[in-house]
Amino acid sequence: MTARRPTLAVWKFASCDGCQLSLLDCEDELLPLAGTVEIAHFLEASSAVVNGPYDLSLVEGSITVPSDIERISQVRAASRRLVTIGACATAGGIQALRNFADAPEMAAVVYARPDYVRTLSTSTPISAHVPVDLELRGCPVDKGQLLEVISAFLAERRPDIPSYSVCVECKQRGNVCVMVRDGVPCLGPVTHAGCGALCPAYARGCYGCFGPMDSANMPSLLATFRACGVGDDGIERMLHTYNAWAEPFRSALDDEVDSR
Amino acid sequence: MGDAVHPRPAVISRADLPALVDAIRAQGYALLGPTVRDGTIQLGELGALEDLPIGWGDEQSPGSYRLHRRGHARLFGWAVGPGSWKQMLFPSRERMWSADRTDDGFVIRTDDTDAAQAARKVAFFGVRPCELAAIAVQDRVFVHGAVPDRSYSARRERALVVAVDCGEPSGTCFCVSMGTGPSTGPGYDLALTELDDERGHRFLARGGTDIGAQLVRGVPHRDADARDHAAADAVIASATARMGRQLDTTDLPALLERTLESPRWDDVAQRCLTCANCTLVCPTCFCSDWVEVADLSGDHVERWRRWASCFTLAFSTVHGGTVRASARSRYRQWLTHKLGTWWDQFGTSGCVGCGRCITWCPVGIDLTEEVRALRELDRPGAAP
Repeated sequence: MTARRPTLAVWKFASCDGCQLSLLDCEDELLPLAGTVEIAHFLEASSAVVNGPYDLSLVEGSITVPSDIERISQVRAASRRLVTIGACATAGGIQALRNFADAPEMAAVVYARPDYVRTLSTSTPISAHVPVDLELRGCPVDKGQLLEVISAFLAERRPDIPSYSVCVECKQRGNVCVMVRDGVPCLGPVTHAGCGALCPAYARGCYGCFGPMDSANMPSLLATFRACGVGDDGIERMLHTYNAWAEPFRSALDDEVDSR
Repeated sequence: MGDAVHPRPAVISRADLPALVDAIRAQGYALLGPTVRDGTIQLGELGALEDLPIGWGDEQSPGSYRLHRRGHARLFGWAVGPGSWKQMLFPSRERMWSADRTDDGFVIRTDDTDAAQAARKVAFFGVRPCELAAIAVQDRVFVHGAVPDRSYSARRERALVVAVDCGEPSGTCFCVSMGTGPSTGPGYDLALTELDDERGHRFLARGGTDIGAQLVRGVPHRDADARDHAAADAVIASATARMGRQLDTTDLPALLERTLESPRWDDVAQRCLTCANCTLVCPTCFCSDWVEVADLSGDHVERWRRWASCFTLAFSTVHGGTVRASARSRYRQWLTHKLGTWWDQFGTSGCVGCGRCITWCPVGIDLTEEVRALRELDRPGAAP
């Protein structure tokens, strides 16, 4: 008896394709992957499409136009397991900055004929619309974590995706803390691990690409940022990036100002 | 035991110290020690004595570390950096074993583990007294427990310890309070005190084991005289007087036991990031997580051990959820274990007073301050 290979589908919503590229970037593992699963729908890689349902769907991108809402429901209905990949699908992405502003006004600034554009006033994560089995963080996702999710799916085990801070990865890697050594503001203590503490390894503060960690204490870290000389503008710039719409990044500045 | 184990202390001049390093190497030891890297003093492989942080010093305070040049050429004129010998004996990530599927089952391999590959003799050169005490604390966990840890024990057995008394404590040091320094306690093969005065730059050397004593005998030296001893005593007295912090350890386990509901825990929880930095820089924290990884085919699996921290939610996650959901409960767990219940479990304090958890906390939480506040609020008549 030969077991049927599980089918894998990759879907794109509002995104830059970077997370899908992370999958293609798994050079050494791509052939074993193709031998283990049937890549049934992955337009970034192949125009050959196998009809669903699919055993595992990886969803990139956020929901930004009315047609997305219907399409994500179809994807969900056709998927046994649905995993969001990256900050757009998990938190709304950089395009969720529109959520803090007036979307029609922004469209008017950007497009010559904004009346041609049908867009929602918000960019929202997939989980705001359909049930999601797992959310993989990052802008972009880490390919090691992506392979871990697929391996875990195949072995029917829980994936090893720690939700603690980037600090843990810094210490495991032997990085020196840039806040303590240089007084550089770093989002690492409130940011979800996964990148392997990439930026601090190069003496940069963490940008928060993986979004908030599981018990982020924003007021305490922001108070320390202020002691490092960072003002409201600086804090807003740090928080308003790829995971701006994810709580508690989303309202950290407001909460902090309110509590003063 | 006599002269072989406790020979008379000797004096080795700075100029002759390279001979000591050569003698250690000649015995087949790889030399590990402190060196300046990434703007801090860290532990790593030393090529030569010149790789030590010669002429460097540090300024440390809660949440801050700065390295700077001193106006001298001392080799050990600094306090401990972010790394500790823990990383050499209990690495942050370690493959414990792997397994491969075979036609009729699977085979387990242990010959590819880090412990097997680390089967080399290493000399820990420049271990500070607080760090020596920390190694002894971890030995109780990994070597003297009911089930000795194989890989830690293997590394520990092969380690030669050259300790160096502390002459320059930092602003976050409190080894005097914990009874671990600034003079070197037991457990060394060879202990040095760096002396740099009108009689020259030299090292008072004391063998703690046969091998340590032999090393001293093998390099140019003279017997230490009363003035050398007085100079060494002065180094210790000066360091003792310049501790950056103090921790009143009077009845500490009992204090912690009766202050479990102190409002101070809420106060510190507001500041604590639960980022885990304190536990990861702590030279005695020993918790680990065991993780199994498999390749896509499922034909090859590996079991890894990596540092864990009681500040993470995952640490206390059991079936049904997390036991210590609040920052309050996690900080309290760490502090009460480190300073209190560690005694019940291992017969010692879990804290050696190195100050790393104070310096390397991004928001500068100071456990000596937290204990002081708990004590203050515990006084009869104290305002709640």
